[in-house]
Amino acid sequence: MSVPHEALDFERPGFFRQLQLRDWAYFALMAAVAVISLALYGENMDRYDIGGLILAVGTSAWMGWFWRPWQAFSVIVGVLSLFGIWLYGDNLAANETNFWLNYIGSGQAGVMWMSVFLYLSTVAYLMGLFSSSDFPSRVGAAFAWVGAGAGTMALLVRWREIYLTDPTWGYIPVANLYEVFILFAALTALMYLYYEQRTGSRNMGAFVMLIIAAAVTFLLWYMFTRDAHVVEPLVPALNSWWMKIHVPTNFVGYGGFAIAAMLGVAFLIRNRLERTRPDAAITQRIPTKDTLDSVMYKAIAIGFAFFTIATVLGAMWAAEAWGGYWSWDPKETWALIVWLNYAAWLHMRFTKGWRGPTMAWWAIVGLFITTFAFLGVNMFLSGLHSYGEL
Amino acid sequence: MSNNDQAATAGPAPASRQKTARKPRRSRIIVDFMGSMSLAITLLVALAIASVIGTVLVQNEPYTEYLMDFGPFWHEIFAGMGLYQVYSATWFLLVVAFLVISTSFCVYRQTPGLLKDLRRYNTQVKEKSLRSFHSSAEADLEQPQDAFLQHAHRVLKAQGFKAREKNHDGQTVIAAMRGRWNRMGYLLTHVGIVVICVGALADGTTLLKVNEWLGNLEVETRSVPISEVPRSAWVPEWNPSFRGSVEIPEGASANVVFLPMREGYFVQELPFRIELEEFRIERFSTGAESSYESDLVIHDPNRDEPLRHTISVNHPLIYNGYAIYQASFADGGTRLSIDAIPLGAEALQELEVPGRVFQEMDIPTPDGDTRTIEFINFQSENVVPLLNEEGVRENRQMGPSFDFRLMDRTGHGLYYRNYKRPALQEGAMYFLSGVRESPADEFHYLFLPADADNSLERFRTYLAMLHNPEVRNEIARQVARDDETVADEQNQAIARTTAELMGLFAEGGYMAVHNEIERRVPAERIEEVRDLMIRILHAGLQGLYMEVLQDEGVVSIQEEEQRFLEDTISAINAITLYQSPFFFHLTDFEHREASGLQIARAPGQSTVYAGSTMLIVGIFLLFYVSYQRLWIMARRRDDGEGTHVVMAGTSNRHQVEFEERFAHLKRWIIDQKPVGSDPQREDQNKNA
Repeated sequence: MSVPHEALDFERPGFFRQLQLRDWAYFALMAAVAVISLALYGENMDRYDIGGLILAVGTSAWMGWFWRPWQAFSVIVGVLSLFGIWLYGDNLAANETNFWLNYIGSGQAGVMWMSVFLYLSTVAYLMGLFSSSDFPSRVGAAFAWVGAGAGTMALLVRWREIYLTDPTWGYIPVANLYEVFILFAALTALMYLYYEQRTGSRNMGAFVMLIIAAAVTFLLWYMFTRDAHVVEPLVPALNSWWMKIHVPTNFVGYGGFAIAAMLGVAFLIRNRLERTRPDAAITQRIPTKDTLDSVMYKAIAIGFAFFTIATVLGAMWAAEAWGGYWSWDPKETWALIVWLNYAAWLHMRFTKGWRGPTMAWWAIVGLFITTFAFLGVNMFLSGLHSYGEL
Repeated sequence: MSNNDQAATAGPAPASRQKTARKPRRSRIIVDFMGSMSLAITLLVALAIASVIGTVLVQNEPYTEYLMDFGPFWHEIFAGMGLYQVYSATWFLLVVAFLVISTSFCVYRQTPGLLKDLRRYNTQVKEKSLRSFHSSAEADLEQPQDAFLQHAHRVLKAQGFKAREKNHDGQTVIAAMRGRWNRMGYLLTHVGIVVICVGALADGTTLLKVNEWLGNLEVETRSVPISEVPRSAWVPEWNPSFRGSVEIPEGASANVVFLPMREGYFVQELPFRIELEEFRIERFSTGAESSYESDLVIHDPNRDEPLRHTISVNHPLIYNGYAIYQASFADGGTRLSIDAIPLGAEALQELEVPGRVFQEMDIPTPDGDTRTIEFINFQSENVVPLLNEEGVRENRQMGPSFDFRLMDRTGHGLYYRNYKRPALQEGAMYFLSGVRESPADEFHYLFLPADADNSLERFRTYLAMLHNPEVRNEIARQVARDDETVADEQNQAIARTTAELMGLFAEGGYMAVHNEIERRVPAERIEEVRDLMIRILHAGLQGLYMEVLQDEGVVSIQEEEQRFLEDTISAINAITLYQSPFFFHLTDFEHREASGLQIARAPGQSTVYAGSTMLIVGIFLLFYVSYQRLWIMARRRDDGEGTHVVMAGTSNRHQVEFEERFAHLKRWIIDQKPVGSDPQREDQNKNA
């Protein structure tokens, strides 16, 4: 019965020794990206730009080690984006004449592809939920990858397009509702794909992709009725490097909360079906309550952590732009309300051990509060944050 | 789900054990209540609701506005509850204070148990209680006890556990734990919150309120020059924290800042003087603002030389702990050179008015009356988004404009906005003047046509001539004579009618003409007569125009000249609604801007940032470090050489993942078999 220790696998190598050649290759690639960028453009960068570059490349390298699919994703998206930017050259009008830019590689085309693939992904996941085969859900995941990639590429290319429109305007495309909705759709899809891979339960997608599809619908409506995609110069208050970190951090939070709420919906449906139709196939195809509960917690945890960072970053930015780290501006106040809500959620789970339908309902209510903080404040309340009005 | 409770309460458990150990004393009850989760959650909810109120009810508006919105009854109640400044209301601060106290008590109550828990491996655990764990296992092994223990230690060490071993009566207990930093996460988050609140409290208005309550300070509610503000509203330099604003015109300076407080303000003294040299608005090519900048000079008695610094949005100046921000801008009293052009017979004799923004002055009107003009604002640029001919959006620069109000002796009057330069409108140039009844309304525009030299000369000439009865009669006679088909008497009658109609039109526009017709003509013939009269009037106006053009030396009339006449007639007709005896034409200006600075002193800021850092680090420790405890109990088997093993474990969260992890540990320690290399599962385990 006793076996030599060498045959047991409890002595796991340290984190670095687990890394494979491809991980190191990816790290080297990221380092090369940083070095080449600095060599080519370093003289035009201030210390914030250099800090931002190192932060971005470092985050990407770490993401690649933490989650291997990120490696291929980032390389493909990076290459396609650079290709699009290269095709543009210095000529914004190139997107009218160049086939690739016109139909695939421009910011606007990328957004359309993102929308198409995220819609298709939603449909495929829904089919997967009602079919006994795993195939539709696999297709759904593939489409979600493509959609997230198209969205990320669209943002990167748009970044360049803003500079091409007018070099003095240039800013990172997370400055208005149109741009952050692209960010939301792509980021939330990626976060979902991570959880899907970690849990191996694909049928969560049918629920999570619904909220992403809703965001895409809003994006398209906003684009077609309000010309939201037209590049406009930045208002002075937003012209700050803080925006580069404050906004994306916030959207990790929003993404996590959105995923949690949709899993809450799945939880409630499964909970009900277990009582009414315990033997039905559909009941079994919805992930188990334990899985849903666990991922719901993880999504809220990551969302809460990043939302906290984003709020603190926002306070630091406010201290620089508005003369105080906290002004009780409606957006700030609603951020606090969102934070308090999830803080209470986490406390109930940690200390009282709350689980089950209550927490699922609460996660859903949480998304409504978050949505109000994200959109409602801009629509109904006035304040210092009144950018991207509807 | 109750079987999860054990795991979930693994953290706070020691405290609850203490609580039941002996009879609770009163102080203990208070500590328990203050540190209880129910109180904390209640306070969180109260804070959230209060915060919502503050966003729904617009804060810090003038009290008169609230009075208008809610009526005297509700206004009184809302003001009494402090709903107009929720976030600095006493009750709101009390809620926050209670939350801080509650959190502090929570930390105070939990910390001793928590630290003890971290040090104590609890090797005294009973076999029976191990069996009752949610994750537990039991087995009989052939392996001798020593060999097993050695193996178990090796696995635990490799898996990152710290272990203690205790041996009594042939029975050995290994107590192990890992992820202790998770427990530090609890401390860091909660202490972080307290630190943030304390720092924020230091930066709030509490000190001012206390001094107000003690009678040292009194809010000033009147809008008076600074020299008239009583000393009781002045806050001396010692005030460590404040946030206020001050508007400084170019070339001027200030050594105070105004702190808003309820319906009034305090005047905060500064230990230095801020001079504004120049304020600039930087613009993109579209005309949209790209940045606001102020060139400041700080005159500090403690400095040998004044400090020069340019601030802009997002780039404040931090001087000796005082942060000076670019917050807003306004006119700083621009000098305006204005020609007041009478809109009547004296149209060619302008009156020069030297104006200045924020000033009032009396102007004699041609009819011997007096009007008062109040200069409200000046704007050097007006960028208006328009659709051009191709339907493409485009920004049009309309040039400088100034706003004013023109009042009669009773103080009534309309609001106006006049542009300096003529603007292109559907192919022709016009001088624009907007008029409205109150600042809340939209402007209605008067379009005065500009002549070929882009001046008002031709319009003024025409207007002056139209208002001159002799000219009207002469023109009317000429126009009548042109028609040779009719007899002389009839000509004279037509001439009389023409002159009369032109006179009516000059004074009251088409409306006066209509009224006169209605007065004189029976109802059934009005329409027929009106058409005829308008034709006669237009013939007269046209004749007058020919005269004007002739004087100018223009011989042939092109389309644009014809259009000018139509515009002139429309403008004269509109003047009757314009309600100003003058057109105020801006000829020159000396722009002077004022910069709105926000000045703050926030000694608690670094405390708040430190608390925030603790909070963030704590959150990550709480979420991503898994605190696990494991017990292994081994004794010699009753029936022989082998070992009897009981193993149990617990984690304070992630029950699902821990079960899986426990299964792995059991397989390594008890079964002594490899878990297998499913990388997916391995990863999941790693990142749980």
